[in-house]
Amino acid sequence: MRNFGPIFAVFAALPITATIAIAQANTAPPPSSAPIATGALADQTPPVAPQFAGPVQGDAEWSSPGRDSALTRYSTLGDINVSNVKNLRNVFTFSMGVNRGQEAAPLVVGNTLYVVSPYPNTLYALDLTQPGAPLKWRYDPPQDEAAQGVACCDVVNRGATYSDGKLYFNTLDGSTVAVDAATGKETWRTKLATIQMGETMTMAPLIAKDKVIVGNSGGELGVRGWAMALDKNTGNVIWKAYSTGPDNEVLIGPDFKPHYAQYKGSDLGVGTWPADMWKQGGGTVWGWVSYDPDLNLVYYGTSNPGPWNSTMRPGDNLWTAGIFARDADTGQARWYYQFSPHDLSDYDGVNENILIDLPSPSGAARKALVHPDRNGYIYVIDRATGELLSAEPFHPITSTKGVDLKSGRLIYNEEKRPQPNKFVKDICPAPPGAKDWQPAAFSHKTGHLYLPHNNLCMDLKETEVGYIAGTPYVGAEVLMKAGPGGHRGAFTAWDIVAGKALWSIKERFPVWSGALVTDGDVAFYGTMDGWFKAVNANTGEPLWQFKTSSGIIGQPTTWRGPDNKQYVGILSGVGGWSGAIVAGDLDPRDGTAALGFVNAMKDLPSVTTKGGTLYVFALP
Amino acid sequence: MSSRFPSGIALCLAGMLAVAASPAAAREMRVCADPNNLPFSKQDGSGYENKIADIIAEELGAEVTYTWFAQRRGFLRNTLNAGVCDVVIGYPRNYQILRSTRPYYRSSYVFVQRAGEKPIAGYDDPSLRQMQIGVQLIGDDGANTPPVAALAKRGITANVHGYPVYGDYRTDAPLAPIMDAVGSGTIDVAVVWGPTAGYFASREKLPLQLTPILFDSSLLSQPMTFDIAVGVRKNEIALSDEIDRALRNRRKDIDAILQSYGVPRTDTASPAPASVVGSMP
Repeated sequence: MRNFGPIFAVFAALPITATIAIAQANTAPPPSSAPIATGALADQTPPVAPQFAGPVQGDAEWSSPGRDSALTRYSTLGDINVSNVKNLRNVFTFSMGVNRGQEAAPLVVGNTLYVVSPYPNTLYALDLTQPGAPLKWRYDPPQDEAAQGVACCDVVNRGATYSDGKLYFNTLDGSTVAVDAATGKETWRTKLATIQMGETMTMAPLIAKDKVIVGNSGGELGVRGWAMALDKNTGNVIWKAYSTGPDNEVLIGPDFKPHYAQYKGSDLGVGTWPADMWKQGGGTVWGWVSYDPDLNLVYYGTSNPGPWNSTMRPGDNLWTAGIFARDADTGQARWYYQFSPHDLSDYDGVNENILIDLPSPSGAARKALVHPDRNGYIYVIDRATGELLSAEPFHPITSTKGVDLKSGRLIYNEEKRPQPNKFVKDICPAPPGAKDWQPAAFSHKTGHLYLPHNNLCMDLKETEVGYIAGTPYVGAEVLMKAGPGGHRGAFTAWDIVAGKALWSIKERFPVWSGALVTDGDVAFYGTMDGWFKAVNANTGEPLWQFKTSSGIIGQPTTWRGPDNKQYVGILSGVGGWSGAIVAGDLDPRDGTAALGFVNAMKDLPSVTTKGGTLYVFALP
Repeated sequence: MSSRFPSGIALCLAGMLAVAASPAAAREMRVCADPNNLPFSKQDGSGYENKIADIIAEELGAEVTYTWFAQRRGFLRNTLNAGVCDVVIGYPRNYQILRSTRPYYRSSYVFVQRAGEKPIAGYDDPSLRQMQIGVQLIGDDGANTPPVAALAKRGITANVHGYPVYGDYRTDAPLAPIMDAVGSGTIDVAVVWGPTAGYFASREKLPLQLTPILFDSSLLSQPMTFDIAVGVRKNEIALSDEIDRALRNRRKDIDAILQSYGVPRTDTASPAPASVVGSMP
């Protein structure tokens, strides 16, 4: 018998407590971070959403995790708004059948809700025309059980995506699957990753015209990262682009026009590594992909270099921890920018690249993208050219001193460089970064970014013995902890032009859920202790909250149901890297477990247990 | 939840089964092991830890049953500490998330070269700067083995090649490629954990030589030698004591197994009994 369900849910809608502290604006920048310049955005008017990110089917539907290919996670629906959101109530729940970290986004197309579970990656279709949204069909992909042992950070899946009558998603054991949305029958399945070599797949695919863009996970296991485009009708591979190695395998050719000098030259994916370390160099593509149909470019970030300790890989370690813009049809790289050259701290560059336009009084809007990175800076980049426009800190930072806007290079703080056998305290941000995978939302209305993020630092302590597959070693003991202020997470509204926080809500735990913002000026997010929250997008004022059965690390979405009412959905079920202490039953006495994240999360098991439930809300 | 081994329930169940099966099978020793990790363990029982498990079980009057699980990150969490087994056969002593028995051997990282070449004298040997060096790649948390740390400290990085310890799990012996690379001349020298080196050295076509380097004076916090013990859950004191006794009673047999697999020792093995030497696989 599960320990959650509708009965519990009825009693869980509690009044807002007064314990939520609203931080004053501008409290975020830390004393030791010194941005080099305010950038090219000084006289800029607020950004707007690109035209192609307009309403999808009047926003009755929500067909991909990011809502549109610009990944704005914004809905033009406003039935639920700041004045009535307090009346939101739970209308149905659905058990995901597995109590592991639930990172997926519920999708709605037509009269059906689709949602994919963590491993074993069951895809469910729920009939929204019937009371209680009964199960219409389920699809269980064939899976290799051993994939669970290869996944680094819980067996999560970041969601399916819908296009032209089919749902596309990745299985942990490395296949991309297309399933008929009407029948639940598999249309095609293509095996892409090899778990025996340490590869898994956890990201949500993105549709770019007639192609499905996917990428691999496994940077900690000596994997070489890649992205692929598959024909969405057949599953055939159209192109494959590695993130390290020779130009012909990275798909760098005559079209490659990077803005900065350090990316110009031949075979830099080999030359910026010692010996043949690029062969296991990481740079996996496990985060978000966005697509500009006008420029016909796809954008995605690459993970940290791996798996060596940084002392072993002198060089910039291209093309890891950066962003590629590629031609959607050929995969040929157009430009690249590196957030963390020669990454020291596991700062993957895979976070979302939200496509925005910067209006200009003198002419056409500048096409840009905004990227909140693990390294603690929010980057604004010209998405046609790869030129950096601004990089402002949104988290206390000690590991670096800023970003040189002229050279594009991150400036490291040598005092905080992690080294084996060296005791280094207070490296901020910690390896999960200022913000991990949890996707931000961009309001078309306010022009601001709504950021779920962390507030984590780490100490790198004495070494200790470790053992894997018959080889003893000595690892650095990474102990993560709360950053300045003592809270471990925050939900922040960010003024992209000013490069500063409008407001920020402190949370006890990292805010590991995605964000949603609507035309009703309501922003939604969930917390790891299980609260699903709605706040005023303009002021940060808490408006409503609901206690779900487990911690929330999923992606909220909204849609208009067959009864013409607006609904909001979220998955509850703690896990992921941050929640591994609960989902994986880790021993809180071993603070270095889950790569040191357990130390920062020792109290999580005292406030939440495992879960796996879809919650859907509506006004009475 | 407490262990099912050697609890009364387990004994009772075993006893009930014994009615239908062998009356001798009164006890079960539940071992977690990697199904494809020669020379340590393999599902067909051909690893030396499989043989040592048999000896311990024999001494405990038990039969070995296995839960097979790839030995990667989360191995202990998903196996021993999840309660699906009670014993892991080979772990460094004082590994923090389990209870160690007394160690039954001590080994070291070794330099592996083709036979007849001038043996590496230590990490300051100038020839290391010219040679192509293979090392075992951990692939976990950006951690390196102690030999890699010793090389990195000297700035020796450009000529170092990594061989992931996970290897290609589809092959018969995922740990073998680094040894094959020395044998085939792809690399000049490899720094490999002793038991792996000793076992695969005996299988290479060309003879290989092993040179243990017991410590690096510039990096004393990084041991190159490790005591290996049996591991049980932290609270299993009685079981740990029982296995200690088994290891002591059967020391000669265990030494003989280690010797037959070519494990280079940095502790003193007991003189092997004549009746066992040569009869092992």
